[in-house]
Amino acid sequence: MFRALLDALTFQAGYNAALVVLGAGLLGIAAGSGGTFLFLRKRALISDAVAHSTLPGVGLAFIVMVMLGGEGRSLPGLLLGSALSAGIGLLAVEWITSRTRLAEDTAIGAVLSVFFGFGVVFLTIIQTMSSGYQAGLEGFLLGSTAGMLFNDAVVIAIGGGLAVAFVVLLRRPMTLVSFNPEFAAASGVDVRRTDLAMMGLVMAVTVIGLKLVGLILVVALLIIPPVTARLWTERTERVILAAGIIGGFSGYVGAALSASAPHLPTGPIIVLVGFALFVLSLLFAPARGVLAALIRHRQFQLRVHRRQGLLALAHNEAIFDKLTLAVLRREGLIRQDAVATDKGRAAAAKTLRDESRWAVARQLYEDEAVFARYDGLTPIESVMTRDEIAEIDRRLGPPAAAS
Amino acid sequence: MGAEFVQLSLTPLLIGILAAVACALPGNFLILRRQALIGDAISHVVLPGIVVAFLVTGTVSTWPMMLGAAGAAVVAVILIETIKRVGRIEPGAAMGVTFTSLFAAGVLLLEQTDTSGVHLDVEHALYGNLESLIWISAEGWNSLLDPVALADLPPELFRMAAVAFLIALIVVIFWRPLKLSTFDEGFAGAVGIPTAALGFGLVVAAAVAAVAAFDAVGSIIVIAMFICPPAAARLMTNRLEIQVLWSVFFAALSAMLGYILAGYGPLWLGGQNAVSAAGMIATVSGVILALACLLAPHRSRIGAPKGI
Repeated sequence: MFRALLDALTFQAGYNAALVVLGAGLLGIAAGSGGTFLFLRKRALISDAVAHSTLPGVGLAFIVMVMLGGEGRSLPGLLLGSALSAGIGLLAVEWITSRTRLAEDTAIGAVLSVFFGFGVVFLTIIQTMSSGYQAGLEGFLLGSTAGMLFNDAVVIAIGGGLAVAFVVLLRRPMTLVSFNPEFAAASGVDVRRTDLAMMGLVMAVTVIGLKLVGLILVVALLIIPPVTARLWTERTERVILAAGIIGGFSGYVGAALSASAPHLPTGPIIVLVGFALFVLSLLFAPARGVLAALIRHRQFQLRVHRRQGLLALAHNEAIFDKLTLAVLRREGLIRQDAVATDKGRAAAAKTLRDESRWAVARQLYEDEAVFARYDGLTPIESVMTRDEIAEIDRRLGPPAAAS
Repeated sequence: MGAEFVQLSLTPLLIGILAAVACALPGNFLILRRQALIGDAISHVVLPGIVVAFLVTGTVSTWPMMLGAAGAAVVAVILIETIKRVGRIEPGAAMGVTFTSLFAAGVLLLEQTDTSGVHLDVEHALYGNLESLIWISAEGWNSLLDPVALADLPPELFRMAAVAFLIALIVVIFWRPLKLSTFDEGFAGAVGIPTAALGFGLVVAAAVAAVAAFDAVGSIIVIAMFICPPAAARLMTNRLEIQVLWSVFFAALSAMLGYILAGYGPLWLGGQNAVSAAGMIATVSGVILALACLLAPHRSRIGAPKGI
C-alpha cells in the first residue's frame, strides 16, 4: 500500500495513472484559486448549480453523438455538451435572480435540482436506447478514473493546465472585482466581463473535473480550499495562492491515494483529503483556529487574574482563588504563604495607581473614546499621553505609600 | 386501464404526491428564510447516514436507516453551525464544505463495504425507485375495500402519509410563531417566541420530510420539492396562507404530471420504455417554476432592492 502510494506520488504507477495524478493536481490548483474569487464574492454555492446542470448536457451529447453514428463516449464531445448545459443553468440562475423576486439561493436550488432531474431522465433514456451502449455515464456522477482511456487523461491534464494559466492571467481583475466591485468599476475594470470570466473559469473547472471527481463532488474542489486558505490569512492574494496550493495538494495526493489501492474512489478521496486539511486548519490556524482562540482566552484569563490579584494585594484583602495565587506566585509577586513580596507590593501599588488614574480619566473624558478603552486591564500609559497623565496625577494628589 | 392502474400506478402516484407535499410545506418557510439550500445539504448527507446505519445493523431495514439519516442530518446542521461560528465562514461556504465532505465520506464507506448482497447504491439514493412501489395484490378498484389486499400495500405509503400528516400538523400548530419569526425575527423574539429553537425545529422537520421522502423517492425529488413548488407559489401571491396552498397544489401537480409523463410520455412519442419518474417529477416542477417566473402575477421585484 505504502509502496504503491509512493509510486503514484512520484508518477511511477503507469502512464495513465501518472497523467491522472498530474491532471488532478493541476485541476486542484485551478479549482482552489478560481473558487477563491467565488468565495470572496459570497457566491460559493453557485458552483453547485453549475455542476449539477452539466448532467442533461452530458446525456444529450451522448444521444446526439450516437444518432450521428459516432461513438457516444468521446470525452471532448461529452464535455462540450456539459459545458453548454452548464452555461444554460448559469444563465437561468442569473435570470431568476435578476428578473423575479426570488433570492439567489432559491434560484440555485431550483436550477440544480431541475437540471439534475432532467439529466436523470436522459440517463434513463440512454440506458434503454440500445443494449450495445452501456454508456457508463454514471461515472460522471461520482467520477471514475479506473479504466480511463489515455486520451481522456490527456484531455484532463491539458484542461487542468489551461485553467491554471487562465487564473494566472486574470488574477488581477478578478481579485479586484471579488474584493470590492465598486472600487474595481471605478478603476476601470469591466466588472460584468470579469464576472463572466469568473463564471467561465468555474464552468471550465467543473467540466474538466466531471470525469475525475464527478458532478456531485466537484463543488468541493471549488469551496473547501478557499475556505481553508481563508483561515490562515487576511490578505486576498495570499488566500488565492494558498487555496491553489491546498487544492493542488488535495488533488495530487487524493488521486495518488486512490490509485494506490482498490475501492478508493478518486473523487471522494480528493474531497476528503481537502476536508482533512480544512479540519487541521480549523484547529490550528494562527488567528482563526480553535487552538489559537483557546490560547487567547487563557491569556486573557491570566491577565484578569493577575490584575485582580494585585488589586486585592493593594487593598490588603486575602486571596482565595487558586488560579490567582498561582499566577502571582509564578511571577514572584507573593511568597508561598501568599504574603506579598517587595516586588509584589510595588506592582500592586502601581496597579492601584493605574486604577485611580483611570477613575479620574473617566470623569475627565466622559464623552470621549478614551472612556470606551477602559477594560480593567489596559495600563493607562498605553492609551494617554504623558501630559494627560500628569494632569490626572495633579488632580489625584501624590501617591499614597503602599501598605 | 382500471385494474392495471390500481396495481401499478396508484400507490407510486400517491407516494409521490405525499412526498412532494411533505417537502413543499417546510420548503415555504425555508425559501423565505434564505435557507433554501438546507434541503440540498440534508439530502446529500442522508447517504453517509444510511451507510453507517447499514454498517451497524448489517441489514437494509427501514427504521435504523431512517434513524441513521436523521442523525446524519443533525450532525450536518451542527457541523455547519460550528464552522460558521468558529471559523467565521459565510453560511453558504460552510454548508458547501459540510455536505460535500459528508457525501464523499458516504461514498467512500459504501465503496469500502461489501454491499453486493443488498440493494444499496448511490444511484438508488439519488433517483429512488418510485416505479417499484407497486401494489401487487390489487386486482382493481374494489381491492381498496379488500382487507387482504390492503394489508399488502407498500409500507412506504403509510410511512409517507404519516410523515406528510405530521409535517402538516406541525405547520398548522406552529403557524403563528413560524410566520412571525420568518418575517420579523427581531419582533418575534421580542414577543417571547424562542426563534432559535423554532429555526432548529424547522430544519429538523425538513430533515424528517427529506429522510422519509428519500427512502421512497430518492433525493432529486426531495431537493426539487423543497424549492420549486414554494418558489413558484411565492410568485403567485403576497399572502403566506395562500402561498402554502399554492405550493401544495404545485407539488401535487408536479408529482402527478411527472409520474404520468414518465410512464406514458415515451409511449406517446413512440418509445417503449418509461423514463425515470423521479427525474420527470423534478423536471415538471421546474417547468411550473419557469412558467411562474414568466407569467405569475407577483413575479417581479417591486420596491425591494436587488439581492434581498
